[in-house]
Amino acid sequence: MAASLDVNGKAMSVEADPDTPLLWVLRDELGLTGTKFGCGLAQCGACTVHVNGDPVRSCVTPIAALSGAKITTIEGLGGAHPLQQAWVRLDVPQCGYCQSGQIMSAAALLEANKKPTDDDIDAAMGGNICRCGAYQRIRAAIKDAASSAAAPVVAAPPAAKPAAEADIDEAISAASGATSRVQRGEVR
Amino acid sequence: MNAPVKPDGFSRREVVVGAAVVGGALVVGCSPADLMSAGSKVEVGAFGPFIRFEPDGFVTVISKHVEFGQGSHAGLAAIVAEELDADWAKVRVEQSPANAKLYGNGALGAQLTGGSSAISNSWEQLRKAGAGARAMFVEAAANRWNVPAGEIVVKDGVLTHASGKSAAFADLTADAAKVTPPESPALKDPKAFTLIGTQRVRRKDGQAKSDGTARYTQDVHLPDMLTAMVVHPPRFGAKVVSFDADAARKVAGVVDVFEIPTGVAVVAKSTWAARLGKEAVTVRWDEAKAEKRGSAQITAAFRDLATGKGPADQKWESFGAKGDAAQAAGGTDAFEAVYEFPYLAHATMEPMNCVAIVDGNSVKLVHGSQGQTLDQLAAARIVGTLPGSVEVETLFAGGSFGRRATFNADYVAECVHVAKKVGGGKPVKLVWTREDDMKAGYYRPLVVHAVRVTLDKDGLPATWRHRIVSQSIMKDSPMPSKGVDQTAVEGASDSPYLKATPIVDAQVAFPEVGVPVLWWRSVGATHTAFVMEHTIDQLARKAGKDPVEYRRALYAKAGANRHLTALDLAIEKAGPKAGEGWTRGVAVHESFGSVVAQVAEVKLVDGEPRVGRVVTAIDCGVAISPDQIAAQMEGGTCYGLSAALYGQVTLTEGVVDQSNFDTYRVLRIAEAPSVETHIAPSAAPPSGVGEPGTPVIGPATANALLALSGQATTRLPFVGGA
Repeated sequence: MAASLDVNGKAMSVEADPDTPLLWVLRDELGLTGTKFGCGLAQCGACTVHVNGDPVRSCVTPIAALSGAKITTIEGLGGAHPLQQAWVRLDVPQCGYCQSGQIMSAAALLEANKKPTDDDIDAAMGGNICRCGAYQRIRAAIKDAASSAAAPVVAAPPAAKPAAEADIDEAISAASGATSRVQRGEVR
Repeated sequence: MNAPVKPDGFSRREVVVGAAVVGGALVVGCSPADLMSAGSKVEVGAFGPFIRFEPDGFVTVISKHVEFGQGSHAGLAAIVAEELDADWAKVRVEQSPANAKLYGNGALGAQLTGGSSAISNSWEQLRKAGAGARAMFVEAAANRWNVPAGEIVVKDGVLTHASGKSAAFADLTADAAKVTPPESPALKDPKAFTLIGTQRVRRKDGQAKSDGTARYTQDVHLPDMLTAMVVHPPRFGAKVVSFDADAARKVAGVVDVFEIPTGVAVVAKSTWAARLGKEAVTVRWDEAKAEKRGSAQITAAFRDLATGKGPADQKWESFGAKGDAAQAAGGTDAFEAVYEFPYLAHATMEPMNCVAIVDGNSVKLVHGSQGQTLDQLAAARIVGTLPGSVEVETLFAGGSFGRRATFNADYVAECVHVAKKVGGGKPVKLVWTREDDMKAGYYRPLVVHAVRVTLDKDGLPATWRHRIVSQSIMKDSPMPSKGVDQTAVEGASDSPYLKATPIVDAQVAFPEVGVPVLWWRSVGATHTAFVMEHTIDQLARKAGKDPVEYRRALYAKAGANRHLTALDLAIEKAGPKAGEGWTRGVAVHESFGSVVAQVAEVKLVDGEPRVGRVVTAIDCGVAISPDQIAAQMEGGTCYGLSAALYGQVTLTEGVVDQSNFDTYRVLRIAEAPSVETHIAPSAAPPSGVGEPGTPVIGPATANALLALSGQATTRLPFVGGA
């Protein structure tokens, strides 16, 4: 079945069943393999992408929920995002497999909170597992990026959300288990 | 893609030895490397198998070791770049092809990344490779400029002469390639190192791993590729009786469903279709030979054995015997403890996976291969070819911690079976779900230790009786070593505390259990370090001594100078006092040739231990990349702490209870400690770094809890133990 998705600012037509998780559409259909499969159960965060600016676990988010939504993947950050620069500067990655998800969660955090505290980081990054244990550097890199980021930190800012944004956000977060900014009370 | 196999291209000897390996037997008279690389067609350039000079001025260092987080790519490249005097900014790393003869691990024989040996086994080899290539360039420049070679200076990839002449590597590559490589090139005096040991040695893959472009097995997409998933038995050792694939075949995208030796494979056009297909298959299993015990029963049986209540016919092997064993069982006022350790999953972020392309008896594997030779042997047996002819493209692996090196190349073999059945050179990507990864093995063995120690008049150990009960990891090795399986006793058998004890009776038993076990980051030390280090704190307490002073006395008695150095460095850097509200615990352990000492600060948060500041000292010989050593201490500590706090795989009637990260709890960012790393200066050759940081935090935490509450820890994990 054909569906249309807005991924990294481009309209993409995909052939997939509506209940197919976004993760597999991104990876297998669109070739956007930066977003990783780790658990399939919204437990590890390796598949984190942004939907209308919110961090969402794409492994449990069916594409049916995403009509009209703006999806941003790690590829959409462009490679020189302040967080990505900080990640490289501090040699955060080890095996690297979780880092796309880590960076997407961190990017959503910084978009909502320019100067996150340790507790803010713990709360925002708690859904992202790193089995190499690069947590200490992840924390340091988020702070490093926060202090160095004069430029906007999200490549696709959620300024032009569609009218039904709240509904979409809620539907997605209900489906994905992720904490949206709506739920956190940061927007509305 | 795959070069067709040409049997006439092999010598008769290659075919014979290859067939012998394929048949599972080893032929006397040929080196294992010859056997394991039989049939290989790897080409070597003028500068040897490890270095290539590129027209764009870059130097490519070829890594025989996989990069799965441990940072070896950068370390290996730095060794070459140092001796070569290359410009570090113009050094690239490329993964080698598979060839046990060219790229075998000097410490292990096979091409295999393990035992924290990537740097140590490559140290001399790559220094010589770099120095040899440098000498070839110097001679080429000397000839071209007609000046004495001794007057040429090489710096940052540029050769210069006082006359003003200058040339970059790229300008001289053609000339240098014609120079005969020196047999024993002069190596630098380590005092003259300008790159090794500096903060300039950084990862080469940081950008690719931060922008999503780093390529893992999971990311391989090839034309006409199919994705396979496998329905594995719920109990280890069960076999397929029959299966019903009707529903699975109706799933859109499912191409085929068939039996393979390890279960039922579902082959589909996409990962999601494979998953839906897998869920739709029903299988009847023959469980006659399956392991049906639960982990509680296994633990109880091991405990009985360790405490002398097990079957009398159990075979025991000694791993330490000094003096009169009867005395180790006697004496009064002995310290006695029994420690229990659960099965642990490796739980890499990237679940197991592999891509295989089989066309007739030609095979290519594309995956994050940890043991290329093992993978080649397994694939060659399945399709009937020479192991060296199995092409392996090694990608980044999303973690391993030991999991990707099984003797039978379990999931690689599974993928080759599927690709063989699919045939026709069609690529097949095998994808394990997280549930497969958690439930289908392999695990750190479940282990029980029983320790009995008596003290002398000075409070130091006089007798030490030690019993370990574990499954044997090495029993599945194709070339089992004589003597005790060291992977179960390392860290205890070589402990300075046993060395310092006059009477020792240490034995190990390996009962048969049908749960697949494997090395797990730091292997034997995952439990021996805990037992030795936590026991020592309890003995110090019993003797009324400070645990640090107690260790110092034992290290002095055992001549364990490196332990003393590491301990002293950690204590000095930790400073005199713990943070307000925190309690300190200390542990020291040697593994993979390196000694790590940690001072961990611990407190209880909602009844659970929380580890904050961890001051780490390591003696790992020459430090190639201080920053990567620190990264491994940070990560190794998290890995060890995750297991000590939460890690356990349990079984109920033979079925693994955990299935995903919701039931197998792992360390998350809020629980992660802050690790400070201090490296003891050393001129000794480099030793292990990837694993030695893992086993120390568990006992350091237990020792802090002992100081905090007076309670010893006799089973792991600390939180939610069964």
